[in-house]
Amino acid sequence: MKYETVIGLEVHVELATESKIFCSCSAHSFGADPNSHVCPACCGMPGMLPVVNRRVVDFGMKAGMMLNCDINRVTTFDKKSYYYPDLPGAYQTTQWFAPVAVNGRVDIETSAGKKSVRIKQIHMEEDAGKLVHDISEGTTHVDFNRTSVPLIEIVSQPDLSSAEEVEAYLVRLRTLLRYAKVAECEMAHGTMRCDVNLSVRPEGSDVLGVRTEMKNMNSIEAIKRAIEYETARHINAIENGTEVLVQETRRWDDAKGKSYAMRSKETAGDYRYFPDPNVMPVVIDDVWYETIKNSVPEFPEVKREKYIALGLTEYDAERISESIMLCECFEEASEACGNPKEVVNWITSDVMRILNAKQMTYEMLNLDNKAFGKLISLTLDGKISRANSKKILSAMFDDRAIEPEAYAEANNMLIGEQNDDLILGIVKKVVESDPKSVNDFKNGKEKALMALFGKCMKELKGNCDPQQLKVILLECING
Amino acid sequence: MNKIVIDDMFLTTDMPTTAGSKMLEGYTSLFEAEVLTRLKAADYVIAGKTKVGEFGADLLGETCYFGAEYEGETLQYPAAAAVKSGDAKAAVVMDVNGAPRRGAAQNGLVSLKPTYGRVSRYGTIPVACSGETVGVIANNAADCRDVFTAMAGYDSKDGTSLPESMTEQGKAAVTKKNKVVVLSSMLKGTDEAVQGRIAAVTDQFTKNGIEVVVADADVVAYAGAAWNILMSAELCNNVSRYDGVKYGYRTKNYTNIDELYTNSRTEAFGEFLKSAILFGSETLSTENYKKVYDKALRVRRVIRDNMAALLADCDALLMPAASALAYSRTLVEGDKYLPYKENFFTAPASITGLPAVIAGGVQLVGNAFSEDLLLDLAELV
Repeated sequence: MKYETVIGLEVHVELATESKIFCSCSAHSFGADPNSHVCPACCGMPGMLPVVNRRVVDFGMKAGMMLNCDINRVTTFDKKSYYYPDLPGAYQTTQWFAPVAVNGRVDIETSAGKKSVRIKQIHMEEDAGKLVHDISEGTTHVDFNRTSVPLIEIVSQPDLSSAEEVEAYLVRLRTLLRYAKVAECEMAHGTMRCDVNLSVRPEGSDVLGVRTEMKNMNSIEAIKRAIEYETARHINAIENGTEVLVQETRRWDDAKGKSYAMRSKETAGDYRYFPDPNVMPVVIDDVWYETIKNSVPEFPEVKREKYIALGLTEYDAERISESIMLCECFEEASEACGNPKEVVNWITSDVMRILNAKQMTYEMLNLDNKAFGKLISLTLDGKISRANSKKILSAMFDDRAIEPEAYAEANNMLIGEQNDDLILGIVKKVVESDPKSVNDFKNGKEKALMALFGKCMKELKGNCDPQQLKVILLECING
Repeated sequence: MNKIVIDDMFLTTDMPTTAGSKMLEGYTSLFEAEVLTRLKAADYVIAGKTKVGEFGADLLGETCYFGAEYEGETLQYPAAAAVKSGDAKAAVVMDVNGAPRRGAAQNGLVSLKPTYGRVSRYGTIPVACSGETVGVIANNAADCRDVFTAMAGYDSKDGTSLPESMTEQGKAAVTKKNKVVVLSSMLKGTDEAVQGRIAAVTDQFTKNGIEVVVADADVVAYAGAAWNILMSAELCNNVSRYDGVKYGYRTKNYTNIDELYTNSRTEAFGEFLKSAILFGSETLSTENYKKVYDKALRVRRVIRDNMAALLADCDALLMPAASALAYSRTLVEGDKYLPYKENFFTAPASITGLPAVIAGGVQLVGNAFSEDLLLDLAELV
């Protein structure tokens, strides 16, 4: 018999706001000392009251718009109760009754074709802390740095049917959320996490099979492996009766390549949701809604088509539209220098080389894009040599405040008309100091000219149009 | 000298805050309640803390881990006793479940429970957050007004705090009508002393040219039942944080995390609190949420609408604050449900967030933002 897999995903994404969801603690504590980003509020001490960080609502709305959702114009927060030492108030503030966004859609494309994955809802909530087990001491310590860091949970309908589709969906989510600049979505950093709800049924059946939920996958590859494993386990159970499938939560062990049922205690329980009386309903008025709506970027496909229309190759258009940071760099620099094709060459060569050398991702690109465009103009106009422009670009990566022309001038990198006498003077000096090379050249050794040229360029610190220098040098030698 | 006492529900950094519970014995906060900061800035001196029942949820402090206060055989609210004895000009109290209002009524003192959101709850031990308010007990309306003025106002640290613009708008909408409505449905189960106070205050108002009419509003009588559900559920959630892990009492008797939770809470919480936790937990279960908790929320809205309608053409609703003006030790110790029952009288103001004033042993519940008008009425009593 043929089977089909039915998969729905719950994806948690950490929102990239500066501060936590209900207090002003920094939300960025990756790698920080334990409990160095905490206050009485996110530690659940009595007497502190939650005050909603509006940026979190901004980001939640924007994420919803990226995924074609309807925005609930009155969105509320609720308390979810359970006991665990990493949850200091013994409740998580989340959205149960009126989540910020509902009824969305994400379009994906795989070898099986195009597909729309329906989004049930996106809700905002606070993250929990972390437990650190000290095996040598036999003790457990709690780190509250991550407590109250804002998350959105994106709940899909069970519209996915293969590991390949899940991968395409997750990559698409990541691209869209990064486009909106609301999240880092780095599974390795834990800023994107995914629980997989999976069941198997005979192909064509409209009755769902027993569903299991899998947690603890730390990469897209691990998710794919977990889906393959779990699908096989379900089919084996159905066909061979190797085990009785039960609705349960399972933990994926990537090293062993197996999923294990979690203790029922870890998953059972009634969360006793109820509206949080300390958080007033968030009313999204038209002004607020429109402000966010207007900040939603064009989708990658739209950008790609636009770039192709500008004359970029399909390959380049695809590469640039992969990241909103590259798009912005390309668009702003093109506007500043008026030469999109040249800009894309610089991005795909110099910018990507420097990013690579600095081990930076596209999302970390922090150039002043207009200044970058200006640098390209100056180079094209012959005011800065190509070699020096690379040095300046590299400096601009480290310091956004650098203005290329002023920087070039301050560092004697500017090629100007006033330099003509200077060039001639230096060329004369070099020619007089190296009569051997001059004679060699005159006797037909082309290499000797390059040696002289190199000496001149060195004296000029590269601030010279190579063509101009060559002309002056030849004139000087040939008298 | 502006000497005041405060309920042991306000967080202080220079002395412990226990909320009357063994769970928080010796607990000192890292930060101070906003009202205390404001009162100090207005030259009030905090003379000390008054005992409260466990998490301020009981009748008059009888469930305090550090001992109940009896005057002879009559249960006494410690904050009211401090004001009555002259130890303090006023007491700043936490009205979780009506205890301060009952305490003021039985001692003939004046008490104000302001409109929900007018006084910051930042730095108060949270129990029933959707209705509890910071209040005042004093000898007279003028002192109540002074203390209230010093501590009221917008606080950005409290998400439910009302912005000044809203308060100004609300106050401007309050108009004096010289009319008070006695809610006959709220006289149910009151003793002669209470009925006598209602009659006396009615006379006092009539003499001062205020029209007093009697009206029936059965729906207000459901406030107690609805509030008991909401209050217990919120209490259950709010005291969940006391799990023995981070601060407060921790049992010595545990070998794993579940035992640490269970035994710490079993050993540190008192019987009344435990019953409220269990009741609250039950109302929030998946099975009961719709038919119990959500229904209570809907009842709350109906009561709010009804009371707003009643208050549309009068200055206040006149009702008892309690069934009696004294509770004997035998009664208190013999009926563990007494706090739930007595909520019948205090819940209408708690559940709607409307302001209430106690004066002459009775309760006046007014329109939102009508604290001044209610205190004016109290001055006539």
